[in-house]
Amino acid sequence: MIMNDHTQIDEHRDDEGAKTGMWIFIFTELLLFGGLFIVYSVYRYLNPMAFHMAAEELDIFIGTANTVILLVSSMTIAMAITSIQLKRKRLTLILMGITVLLALLFLVNKYFEWTGKISHGIFPGSEILHQSSQGEILFFGLYYAMTGLHALHIIVGVTFIGYVMWLVKTDDVKYDDYVILENSALYWHLVDLIWIFLFPLFYLIT
Amino acid sequence: MENGQHAHIVKYKTFVVVLIVLLVFTFSSVGITQIDLGVYSVTAALIFAVLKSILVLMYFMHLKFDKKVYALMTAGIILLLMIVILVTFLDYLYR
Repeated sequence: MIMNDHTQIDEHRDDEGAKTGMWIFIFTELLLFGGLFIVYSVYRYLNPMAFHMAAEELDIFIGTANTVILLVSSMTIAMAITSIQLKRKRLTLILMGITVLLALLFLVNKYFEWTGKISHGIFPGSEILHQSSQGEILFFGLYYAMTGLHALHIIVGVTFIGYVMWLVKTDDVKYDDYVILENSALYWHLVDLIWIFLFPLFYLIT
Repeated sequence: MENGQHAHIVKYKTFVVVLIVLLVFTFSSVGITQIDLGVYSVTAALIFAVLKSILVLMYFMHLKFDKKVYALMTAGIILLLMIVILVTFLDYLYR
């Protein structure tokens, strides 16, 4: 073991630093979305009736389904860390695979939700929105911008987790060296965390 | 350096329990906002969202088991956000 430790000194590695870096990145993301939430709340405060009317247009069922999907996927990626610590590579890959599949399912739902809205003529710059009140234009503008930015994070998260799956497969990530898996999981939980607030603000509060 | 040798291993069961609580909170927030409570439905929905995010941060994101410095930094950022929200609304409410 001592010999081993000796040879590992060259392999520059700082798990604590990697994780701290990820957290600091997550903080910048929280501030980014926090800023958008402030914009949303102020416009809602200034246009309460229009926001009320516009929010009724959103489908609570799709919103709830996507919330459940993200919560379950958050659990599976959290479990993937436990299973890599327990040296169960196959289970780790299965759990990460489920996370990726659920993320894709989320995007499919989002696709149907958006195309549904667009086919009803509700999208930025559409005829129908031009005839609506200022508040409704703001609501749907924020809806597309914020859920769109969130969906972009989902795509980045899926790519990240997919890449780490490859590393697990090739044993570059294993039971004693898995900080990148932890970081991809942290990123995925951030995506979940943002949705936890997007969901009530856009779908529930009408 | 830390090689994860003495890393805390969270049980699968813990995650399952956390997920169940998260789902209960989700359906409760959907249920409570269907009843017309006026301003309180916003408050109720946000309280559930805050409770859910605390669970995600503490358990899924390992803040409960990691070094305390991460939890402290996270608390600091949340405090900063809340101050900014407070100041913004003090402006809009008392113009």
